[in-house]
Amino acid sequence: MSDLRDLYQEVILDHAKHPRNCHRQETPSCHAQGFNPLCGDKVRIYLQLDGDIIKDISFDGTGCAISTVSASMMTESLKGGSLADAQSLFEKFHYLVTSPMEAIAQFPELGKLEVFAGVREFPVRVKCATLAWHTMKAALENKEITSTE
Amino acid sequence: MNALTERISLVGATGTEGHYNVYRIREDFPTLQGKIRGKPLVYLDNGATSQKPRCVIDRILQYYTSENSNVHRGVHFLSELATSEFEWTRSKVQKFINAGEDREIVFVRGTTEAINLVAATYGRQHLHAGDEILISAMEHHSNIVPWQMLCSEKNARLRVIPINDRGELNLEEVPGLLNERTRLVAITHVSNALGTINPIREIVKLAHQFRVPVLVDGAQAVPHGLVDVRELDCDFYAFSSHKVYGPTGIGVLYGKASLLESMPPYQGGGDMISAVSFEETTYNKIPFKFEAGTPHISGVIGLGAAIDYLTAMKMDRIAAHERDVLEYATRALSGIPEVRLIGTASQKASVISFLIDGVHPHDVGTILDQEGIAVRSGHHCAQPVMDRFGIPATVRASFGLYNTREEVDALVAAVQKVSEVFH
Repeated sequence: MSDLRDLYQEVILDHAKHPRNCHRQETPSCHAQGFNPLCGDKVRIYLQLDGDIIKDISFDGTGCAISTVSASMMTESLKGGSLADAQSLFEKFHYLVTSPMEAIAQFPELGKLEVFAGVREFPVRVKCATLAWHTMKAALENKEITSTE
Repeated sequence: MNALTERISLVGATGTEGHYNVYRIREDFPTLQGKIRGKPLVYLDNGATSQKPRCVIDRILQYYTSENSNVHRGVHFLSELATSEFEWTRSKVQKFINAGEDREIVFVRGTTEAINLVAATYGRQHLHAGDEILISAMEHHSNIVPWQMLCSEKNARLRVIPINDRGELNLEEVPGLLNERTRLVAITHVSNALGTINPIREIVKLAHQFRVPVLVDGAQAVPHGLVDVRELDCDFYAFSSHKVYGPTGIGVLYGKASLLESMPPYQGGGDMISAVSFEETTYNKIPFKFEAGTPHISGVIGLGAAIDYLTAMKMDRIAAHERDVLEYATRALSGIPEVRLIGTASQKASVISFLIDGVHPHDVGTILDQEGIAVRSGHHCAQPVMDRFGIPATVRASFGLYNTREEVDALVAAVQKVSEVFH
């Protein structure tokens, strides 16, 4: 409960109004587009790779605050990391927002992303929180379009 | 105090008999006594479904506890009892919507199935290549998709009455959209996304000049006491039990007897036949011709209990109460600078769709939920309406017979809170 309140009252004020890495890339190494039919969210993720290092990652699109903030914070977490880190964080993030309550704080490496734990209380919004992550994964797997459905 | 509330309190002052005591009425609804996330439930999602009064819940329990049997079959006591309760409800529905005869009442799963039934029978029978079906730009998907499917099957054309910026039909365009190829007009009585009440009587008059029958989607109208099918003179009228305080899974298709009689059956099976041999089957008379298989007996009986409840309260008093809450909410929400109302028709049922500047409706819905306030956020199964207004979704508060001005106050306070969080 308090986690979700944090999400809306503090983090959103920051990330929703000033999303990080929110821009199109003209020549990304890979990119993908994701849809969430429930909210009408659309997000595009662009990655610039250097070997197995994510040199740059950005997004653009339209959507609800949870999906926008999730995309913004994801890009911050993944920038400069390795593809293996991205895969690992994807799994941990997914677990964070879908697993039972007692699983909180098992993964210190999630850092600020832990604020999304509160989303679990609102199952219909989990897709908003995971859209950017699924889209990032699809981009790395060279899928053009992904959907939360 | 406006004229309506004045009238209500004057009536109330004359004695308890005429007093619409919403606080007393709320006690009839067990769900409304509950708390959500530690706060009293403020249920403003009546457009999606209404809560059920204790008498409906008890009636269903009683049916399964002591009356359970199949209808139209056995000669034994319980079967006769179930049949008589089932058919008695048909008469209640007939009186409730002022149909001419109870055989004009067909029980179906809900509004959606009622519309699909007409599409699959009357529609398939009368629509040919190049023919047209006329709907409006404010239809729920359930009054669009069945006609699209039929048009695609028959190579026919779906035409659409446009709406203006207030969310009202452009009535003056209707005569131009009707012609000798039009086979049916299918239109909503009340828009689920905008609250607009459509002038059905006028549309029926226009359509009948071209000998075109009119199907009315009444899902959002019946709960607000707007329905008299003979006054409207519509040919078909569809509604769902669960939006009029009855159980889910049951609904009604009203059809004029002459039309129903001329239509082919919907599904084949038991109850819809008079005689079956391997050579031929003689179909049953209406309405049974359209009711194949064991029906949703407890649903029908529960709907009957809901109609009894509403009839005792009197629909015009419910409507007056809801109008008061709607006007109060419209004034209050209009007073918040960041709020934009979507759907400002001059004739509205108790539905308010709105947006908060810069905040996605799903975020509004989630934050309101934390306050115990249930609203709908999304496209309301009316994506063409959202497209018309150039928006992805709205927040919708829809009021029922038990909602209060205090609940509107709670909504307004929560909306202000959302606005503060985001600005």
